[in-house]
Amino acid sequence: MLASQMRGLVKEHLDSYNYFISTGIKKIVRVNNEIRSNVDRGIYLKFLDVKIGEPSIVLDGVFEKINPQFCRLSNMTYAAPIEAHIEYVTETGGQKQLCEKKDVIIGRMPIMLRSRYCVLYGKDETELAKLGECPLDPGGYFVVKGNEKVIMIQEQLSNNRIIIEVDKKGNLVASVTSLGATLRSKTVIMMEKEKIYLHLNRFQNKVPIMVVMKAMGIESDQEVVQMIGRDPRYSALLLPSIEECASFGVKTQRQALEFLEKKVKKPQFVSAQSEKEDKALKVLQDIFIAHVPMHGSSFRAKCIYAAVMMRRMLEAFLNKAAVDDKDYVGNKRFELSGQLLSTLFEHIIKDTISFGLERALSTGNWCIKRFRIDRKGVTQVLARLSYIQALGFLTKIQPQFEKSRKVSGPRALQPSQWGMLCPCDTPEGESCGLVKNLALMTHVTTDEEEGPLVSLCYCLGVEDLELLSGEELHSPNSFLVIFNGLILGKHRRPQHFASALRRLRRSGKIGEFVSIFVNEKQCCVYIASDGGRVCRPLVIADKGVSRIKHHHMKELLDGVRTFDDFLREGLIEYLDVNEENNALVKYDKLGAGQNATVAVMSYTGYDIEDAIVMNKSSLDRGFGRCIVMKKKSAIMQRYENNASERILPPTREGYAAERMQALDDDGIAAPGQIIRQDDFLVNKSTPKITKGPITSGVIPDSEYRPTPFKLSGLAGDNSVIDRVALFADKNSNMCINFIIRQTRRPEVGDKFSSRHGQKGVCGTIVQQEDFVFSERGICPDLIMNPHGFPSRMTVGKMIELLGGKAGVSCGRYHYGSAFGEPSGHADKVEDISETLVKHGFSYSGKDFLYSAKKHDIEKLPSIFPLVSFQLVLVFHGERLQEVLDKMHARGFGPRAILTRQPTEGKARNGGLRVGEMERDCLIAYGASNLIYERLMISSDPFQVCRSCGLLGYYNHKLKAGICSACKNGENISTMKLPYACKLLFQELQSMNIVPRLKLSDV
Amino acid sequence: MPKLPDHLELKRTRVSCKLDAPNDTESILYSGAYASMDVDNSSLESFFKDFKVVVNRITEDEIEFDMIGIDAALANAFRRILISEVPTMAIEKVFIEKNTSVVQDEVLAHRLGLVPLRVDPRLFSYKSEKDEPNEKNTIVFGLHARCEQKEPRRSVKSEELSWLPKGSMFLLEIENKASSSTTAPKTYTNFKSSQDELPELSDNPIHPKYPDITLARIGPGQEIELEAHAVKGVGKEHAKWSPVATAWYRMLPEVVLLQDIINEEAEKLVQKCPANVFDIEDTPTGKKATAPRPRSCTLCRECIRGEGWDKYVALRRKKDHFIFTVESTGALSPEVLFTEAVKILEDKCERIITELS
Repeated sequence: MLASQMRGLVKEHLDSYNYFISTGIKKIVRVNNEIRSNVDRGIYLKFLDVKIGEPSIVLDGVFEKINPQFCRLSNMTYAAPIEAHIEYVTETGGQKQLCEKKDVIIGRMPIMLRSRYCVLYGKDETELAKLGECPLDPGGYFVVKGNEKVIMIQEQLSNNRIIIEVDKKGNLVASVTSLGATLRSKTVIMMEKEKIYLHLNRFQNKVPIMVVMKAMGIESDQEVVQMIGRDPRYSALLLPSIEECASFGVKTQRQALEFLEKKVKKPQFVSAQSEKEDKALKVLQDIFIAHVPMHGSSFRAKCIYAAVMMRRMLEAFLNKAAVDDKDYVGNKRFELSGQLLSTLFEHIIKDTISFGLERALSTGNWCIKRFRIDRKGVTQVLARLSYIQALGFLTKIQPQFEKSRKVSGPRALQPSQWGMLCPCDTPEGESCGLVKNLALMTHVTTDEEEGPLVSLCYCLGVEDLELLSGEELHSPNSFLVIFNGLILGKHRRPQHFASALRRLRRSGKIGEFVSIFVNEKQCCVYIASDGGRVCRPLVIADKGVSRIKHHHMKELLDGVRTFDDFLREGLIEYLDVNEENNALVKYDKLGAGQNATVAVMSYTGYDIEDAIVMNKSSLDRGFGRCIVMKKKSAIMQRYENNASERILPPTREGYAAERMQALDDDGIAAPGQIIRQDDFLVNKSTPKITKGPITSGVIPDSEYRPTPFKLSGLAGDNSVIDRVALFADKNSNMCINFIIRQTRRPEVGDKFSSRHGQKGVCGTIVQQEDFVFSERGICPDLIMNPHGFPSRMTVGKMIELLGGKAGVSCGRYHYGSAFGEPSGHADKVEDISETLVKHGFSYSGKDFLYSAKKHDIEKLPSIFPLVSFQLVLVFHGERLQEVLDKMHARGFGPRAILTRQPTEGKARNGGLRVGEMERDCLIAYGASNLIYERLMISSDPFQVCRSCGLLGYYNHKLKAGICSACKNGENISTMKLPYACKLLFQELQSMNIVPRLKLSDV
Repeated sequence: MPKLPDHLELKRTRVSCKLDAPNDTESILYSGAYASMDVDNSSLESFFKDFKVVVNRITEDEIEFDMIGIDAALANAFRRILISEVPTMAIEKVFIEKNTSVVQDEVLAHRLGLVPLRVDPRLFSYKSEKDEPNEKNTIVFGLHARCEQKEPRRSVKSEELSWLPKGSMFLLEIENKASSSTTAPKTYTNFKSSQDELPELSDNPIHPKYPDITLARIGPGQEIELEAHAVKGVGKEHAKWSPVATAWYRMLPEVVLLQDIINEEAEKLVQKCPANVFDIEDTPTGKKATAPRPRSCTLCRECIRGEGWDKYVALRRKKDHFIFTVESTGALSPEVLFTEAVKILEDKCERIITELS
């Protein structure tokens, strides 16, 4: 039961994906169902239906079912075939024939884990365990090429909505981003110097709006004024624009179109001359407010829409409060996996589907030219350091803003985020406030069918727009009805209309996520059913009295009812309140760490600055050990000439044998073997000739060169091969995956943390006989410095220290979260103290400890007189970083090719820079010879021509330096220069700058 | 012989435990510390005169005794030696032939290492890295556990470790086949005789001290086959060789009633103490509190918590009286362990004396 409730946290991902697979994909295919031959229009291919099969793969003609764990291990993509039902025409000898075929695989669709199409769907714990899957794993991500990838929730300004804002110059702007069936466009109407203009990127510059209105067939100025509203204030504001239009001499539609014709941008590549004529008309038809459909050649809907935009803008001009807030969550839409995948799928349906999907998922580059989308970093690898982290990753929301911009607006906490987005969880640093997280109970909607809702609206008394005159549009007491950004018409009794719709929603006749919003100021009723809106559950109240009564809650607690029942019975608008507690239950189940006996005191002095002192005997007994796994994979490459790499059995004697210890007789390292750095994992050899004609027969041994696959990048000498997996990759090359395991015990420098963010490195490890012990003989596992408390004020940890101690002495779990206190579940400090006293401890948790070195009772540090010592059990786990992974030093090693300087970074075995400060240290120390060598001698010798000052070269035949500029070697001197300096000179020369070296004797 | 004034004598011999912190925790070792008062602080004579050991409690694994008239430094030396320098036998090398359980090899080996073995370490000698394992320095255990296909998941317990007195049964990979045909095949150990022929071990076979330590869990079809070699070592190197679970001491508690506590107050005091230190005595003047069981004081300081209570009760510790507890892990009985510790300290002293002379 818990597991099913848990899924709430990633439910939006699953829902959107399920929606895409079950409905979205069919719609897309229906729209793009025909592919016709360009040569013979009679030949075509038509998709009739499409469905997703079971996750499987076809390898060498063998159909094989796959599961996620299998894909993770063998670097595969967890995907299912897309089976299409097609109809096509073939032509044989001039005879056209119509054929039909079922279950044609047109590509492979990556499957989201735990979605309805995943093999894990609806499985219980044992079945999941059999598939190698953790029962607590939430799913909601993909496995692409063996990596777990999450499609981040993308935050966007909503499409098809009018937004009034003030631009940089202080002009009022009404903009709308239209997402039409085929393209995306942005329409901007702005007010500049009291005149109103239209900005559209197809026009060279701004065009007067009145001209546009005329071009759309509203030739009478009066009608425009009527459409905007007959309020004299609006008319006054419109006057300058009308006058301007008149000054251009534009009076008729014809004149207006001619005027606009000149303004249309010339296409960059002039292709067809034919469409030269009515470009302006085309732009107005297709680009201008693209989401408003045309009825035949009637521009009426667009005209009204433009008029409403203008009206909203003028309203804002008169009343500044009417300006919209871009950061308002209601103006945002969240794109989830399903939506993102469907836009991508639509784009690539006529292309290579499986490849395109896989590449987009694995690189995170969403590039859809048609909608001018080019986003990077849409997918990320699921972080798995802890369970909570993985969950948090799935609710993370990526903004569309650039992170580097120094803006405060979008980063600030918006009041409208209340209950929708978490007010606390946002990263520190550059993306602070931009990357957000969904709140626990929120739900992100998926698209809902529009047709029935629209006709429902008409049934409920909405007067159709087409039948209204401009005058009627804004008549008082009637409200415009706007559905998903489209103006449907108007309604005379908006409140009645809205409550009728709401009643329908609560009774489940229309979708539970349809929102109905009556905007009194704008005299509009907004109805939204589009995807990407965030919702949260709310209790329905009738005249201020909650519909949920006491007996409901009791039934809920007893498990008689679920939240779904509440929803069904119309008690709440949307479900799930309990998940928060569930998350905590799970956290206990998958806690990352160990309980430790901790003494909060100062000891040995190796615990300053948050360092901790550890007990060696505790470490001996297994405290704080962790297992690190790394994956290494080797590919047996097959080359174009059909030669392929091969694996040789190991040699057991001689020089090479030592490195081949881990190898089995088949030349592949065996599981369970202990392996060191640079040991062979696969004794591989590569043919010398890999190109040219296909080789036949056996290639002799001499034609191979050894290219062993060695263990690299794993420090330490205790690596063990955990698992070895052999499989074939896409090109049916043999792949060998090694999973290498290291069991590590804590060492000095490893970083540890408790659950309260109190982190610290291990400062020293002390023998048990040198450690402190209590009167009862208890010896702590680690010692933490009390100076970590005052400034950090981690009261929670103090309570945990007490609770832990009480917990072990009475043998009961103590509940210490902040959520239990009002309900009385939590153990209060008073009760904990009582338990402690009952078991003979001090109420404050302080103990007297004997020092093992000074032969007496430890004395207090005088600065901190109140705490003596707390000897307690505290959850002290989570090894954060380990020195073994960080430690790095090198003598000689690889260099960058271009500059010949040592490479950078540990991964590339890079050098460590002796920088300014290090130089200062050496000077201060007096190591002058070392400095001299490092800075002066350790350079490369170069030949410099004294006459021209340019660099020459050393001719090995003549054994003399030669200047290639002077064509002789007469005035050559050898000089030491850093290679990078020589490179700079040459680069300058290539830019026609001559750097000349003037040499003189010192 | 002059005596120190009372307040100094108190400082010299007692630790006073206050609510927030202990006072006078240092021990004054210097013989001339009180020379200005004509008091001799040297303790050798008084040590001879006063030193005694009283055993309070002794069981198979645990001993508690009082060590009276000794300085903390010496008592601590015994504790330290017990923890880290008295040798025992513990599993050091594990040869894993087969391990198909979910427990990783090194984790299993670590667990095996921590299993306490019931064997007298004095019968064995230390094995250095270059020594060949023989009957004098190595004990071999075999473990072969299997869970059959139809059986339920089960635990592998320490009792399944069986002692192999003849040494390792695992054959070394044969280096040259010709020479090994006549002699017995080489194994990982080189035992000249069987260990169970030793008189001490013949009727007292070596086995893990506790039979019910879980080593691993194996499911159907899983199998563990291994050989574990135990050698002699000390706790300083690894805690598995420590002969004691822990050894510690505490100073003798002293609960002093500074004033007469009568009637309600007395009852309150008895109520307050969770360790049941106080009693009530009926006197002609009324009920009076007494502290007949100071030993059970756990230093929770409930009795001196609250306004003014520290004027009635003083909690002290006697600096030269140690209640010593040794918990053996089972190789040797706790009293033997302590005498071993004394011997090691003797050796150390002798070594220093010879080095100095």
